[in-house]
Amino acid sequence: MQPFIRLESIGCPLPLTGVDTDQLIPARFMKRSRAEGYGGYLLHDLRFEGEGKPIADFPLNQPLYQSAEVLVARRNFGSGSSREAAVYALADFGFRCVVAPSFGDIFASNAVNNGLLPARVSEADCEALLAGLATQNRMVVDLEACTIVCGNLSVPFEVDPVWRTKLLNGWDDIDLTLSRQAEIAAFTASDASLRPWMAPRRPE
Amino acid sequence: MAAKTARTLFDKVWDAHVVVQREDGQSLLWIDRHFLHEGSFHAFDKVAGRGASLARPDLTFGVEDHYVPTRVRQLDLIDPAIRRMMEQLRANTLRHKVRLFDVDDPAQGIVHVVGPEQGLTLPGLSIVCGDSHTATHGAFGALAFGIGASEVAHVLMTQTLWQNRPKRLRIRVEGRLAPGIVAKDVALSIIAAIGADGAAGHAIEYAGSVVRGLSMEGRLTLCNLSIEAGGRCGMIAPDATTLDYVRGRPYAPEGALFDAAAEAWLALGSDADAEFDREVVLDGDAIAPIVTWGTSPEDALPITATVPDPERVDDAAKAAHIRDAVSYMDLRPGQRLSDIAVDRVFIGSCTNSRIEDLRAAAAVLAGRSAKVPGLVSPGSALVKRQAEEEGLDAIFRAAGLEWVEAGCSMCVGMNGDLVPAGERCASTTNRNFKGRQGPGARTHLMSPAMVAAAAVTGHLTDMRPLLEGRN
Repeated sequence: MQPFIRLESIGCPLPLTGVDTDQLIPARFMKRSRAEGYGGYLLHDLRFEGEGKPIADFPLNQPLYQSAEVLVARRNFGSGSSREAAVYALADFGFRCVVAPSFGDIFASNAVNNGLLPARVSEADCEALLAGLATQNRMVVDLEACTIVCGNLSVPFEVDPVWRTKLLNGWDDIDLTLSRQAEIAAFTASDASLRPWMAPRRPE
Repeated sequence: MAAKTARTLFDKVWDAHVVVQREDGQSLLWIDRHFLHEGSFHAFDKVAGRGASLARPDLTFGVEDHYVPTRVRQLDLIDPAIRRMMEQLRANTLRHKVRLFDVDDPAQGIVHVVGPEQGLTLPGLSIVCGDSHTATHGAFGALAFGIGASEVAHVLMTQTLWQNRPKRLRIRVEGRLAPGIVAKDVALSIIAAIGADGAAGHAIEYAGSVVRGLSMEGRLTLCNLSIEAGGRCGMIAPDATTLDYVRGRPYAPEGALFDAAAEAWLALGSDADAEFDREVVLDGDAIAPIVTWGTSPEDALPITATVPDPERVDDAAKAAHIRDAVSYMDLRPGQRLSDIAVDRVFIGSCTNSRIEDLRAAAAVLAGRSAKVPGLVSPGSALVKRQAEEEGLDAIFRAAGLEWVEAGCSMCVGMNGDLVPAGERCASTTNRNFKGRQGPGARTHLMSPAMVAAAAVTGHLTDMRPLLEGRN
């Protein structure tokens, strides 16, 4: 996974509250394999009219934001369904960071597992960033300093320290866990005597 | 580890599953049960990409639910894109020797109904599934939470998961519920009170006299909606109600092993002086039948209320949300909720598809006709059989509703059961998000009896007068 240290990019405003994962990627597009790409379906039903015509004033359809790697949204971003495809859609569109005052818990951990930074800012700073993006397009997201700079505005953001370390290093959990096989074996051996009822009974 | 300090239910279950505790705060947790559905193909692709095998296929269980059609079950008659989803799950579980409940299995159903029903869900276990509604299983005092595809792959390969210990939030609902008020009303009241992100970063413990008085089925509904409050899991301490439900289930322990387990399970409850990071107390006596008017589960109000007016809200972001939601839902600020006409109804989903839910809906529908079309999908083949033995299916059919097979159905818009664009549906499901039940669909969440009342009158309705003189 590509490490995330410092990102300088166009910032795309999405001034909506509660952008849930059903909206980030509607269920009907989730039958595809990842290799087919999910970016074209990001926020599909907000971006396109019924017959597939792009809605001109929706931010993601504007030429300026085609290269945006930072998305700024309001409270409760990525709530709802655990579908990691919501993160695939954001990542495949080109986003590497989402800024919002709060995130769905599962969305945020899915994001980190795909190298996408969920940067938590205060409600006031979020409104300031959204206002700032009206006149200044470029943003700098610095994960080492945990700051976001947009023009004259500099705001701090929060991210879980463990997630920060994972993102800074581009680490993958599976390799890390496989190096702990001895501890896992010790746990299961002792657990079998502590909780013998844990194993499912095999019905006839 | 000897507990020197008082611990919560959550702490006791969490501590029992820690394989490795790192200094940075992450814990490697052992996973006792891993449930899979058709959406697991992304994770199996990752496993295949590494040429890996499953760590513990004996603790892994597959269920066909998200994509399965509810009217046609014959594989060669199913839409090819959906059939491929089912075939992928079948191939993946067969290759890795995982027990699969497919549509031909007499115990098939929604994964969150099948787990408890089969006794795979037990108190004190850690349970994960690539579905945010895994919180449902917390009704048994299990640590149960939804995970993403990367995490599913991690559990498949290691039977463990790295997690941060969340904060602990106790939600106490005290007093007594008025007649006809059910767990769904309690859950929606909680979400309206704390917000759809109100429990973010927290494990919820539900407590208080109202919660203790709920049946297992009501508790499952309550915990199911923990994710709609922003919590990753919700839990209820095991008690006699829990043990009575678990005893005799196919995969549950039996005999002396059950007795030993029961003793341990009853000791899981939070110690009297255990500390919580936050506490919220609700007055159960004040809870009325609740419906949602907007596009977030927090947009919930008593049926006697009116649609909010964004012009009367000072908070700019909140006013913007109300404006957007009212527009999507095609409502007028100040409109009485009970004046909102519906186009169809749906009863089912992991929130409200258990036998008690179907009985509550049938109690309103008996001897009456629905003014709008609707679908009733039981939570499992076993629930379906029981409902038919009790004659509930005949009541639904006589009222003009369709009685179909078990699955996630018209909750998530994956299996072909959709609300057409622009239509309004009274629904027992868990999410009223834009497009959740189909592109352009408008969803109002409520309890099964309230959905039945909406079916009978053709608009959102307080079901209490319709229940007068009935049991």
